[in-house]
Amino acid sequence: MTEKIKKVSIIISKGSLDGVYPGLIMANGARMEGIEANLFFTFFGMDAIHKDRMKKIKVATVGNPGMHLPTFLGSIPGMSALATKMMMKTMDKLDIPPVPEYVEMIHDAGGRLYACKATVDMFKFKREDFCPQVEAIINVGRFYEISAGGQIIFT
Amino acid sequence: MPQKRIADFTIDVDEEGFLTDLGQWNRDIAAAIAADEGIPALGPAHWKVIEFLQKEFKESGQVPSVRKLNKSGVVSTKDLYALFPGGPAKKAARIAGLKKPEGCV
Repeated sequence: MTEKIKKVSIIISKGSLDGVYPGLIMANGARMEGIEANLFFTFFGMDAIHKDRMKKIKVATVGNPGMHLPTFLGSIPGMSALATKMMMKTMDKLDIPPVPEYVEMIHDAGGRLYACKATVDMFKFKREDFCPQVEAIINVGRFYEISAGGQIIFT
Repeated sequence: MPQKRIADFTIDVDEEGFLTDLGQWNRDIAAAIAADEGIPALGPAHWKVIEFLQKEFKESGQVPSVRKLNKSGVVSTKDLYALFPGGPAKKAARIAGLKKPEGCV
């Protein structure tokens, strides 16, 4: 039998709904399997751990071929908000929580969340801007240290 | 169908050790499976979770997700992971005699 995965370190680098959720689902899924999980938020992915922005994560309706929506429709004001609302409703029925609740759940399950120092400096964020579940603001070197011995997944 | 001998009972299980017939389940079997899973004894908190899982399964035909467990007030996510270390959804379902949880959450 192949050896079981013991640790995963997942990077979330995008700030859209479809950019954030795969990483969250993988981190939670890892914890459910007893796999140690680290989440590293960088660039726009950091919105998912930012106190205010984490409630406003949306799906893009323009320039997003995956939506199968022509640009002239996708660019209508409010379309992104509508598409997001519809998606969130469907996800809730499937028991997939909204981002703030999901972050809390992953943390309660023992997952560790980190913010990328480079992005924090770039956007001039502070520790207080983040939700309480964030363990620390770390640089990429430290990320490699905590990922050692496990798998790294980039999303 | 593979059979397993647990705590003086012979029960039907699938390849992963999940009971295929809930009717064969009883609390002794649950305790024996738990011991197998690295949980030496089932306390009242464990039983609350097991009973909730079985109740939800009876009502909806599905093993409830960790999120549902948390929201139900039966047990918090933190406590759930402490009670069933290393994979609470699967372990608790196996101990409760239910099938393997299918969802991703």
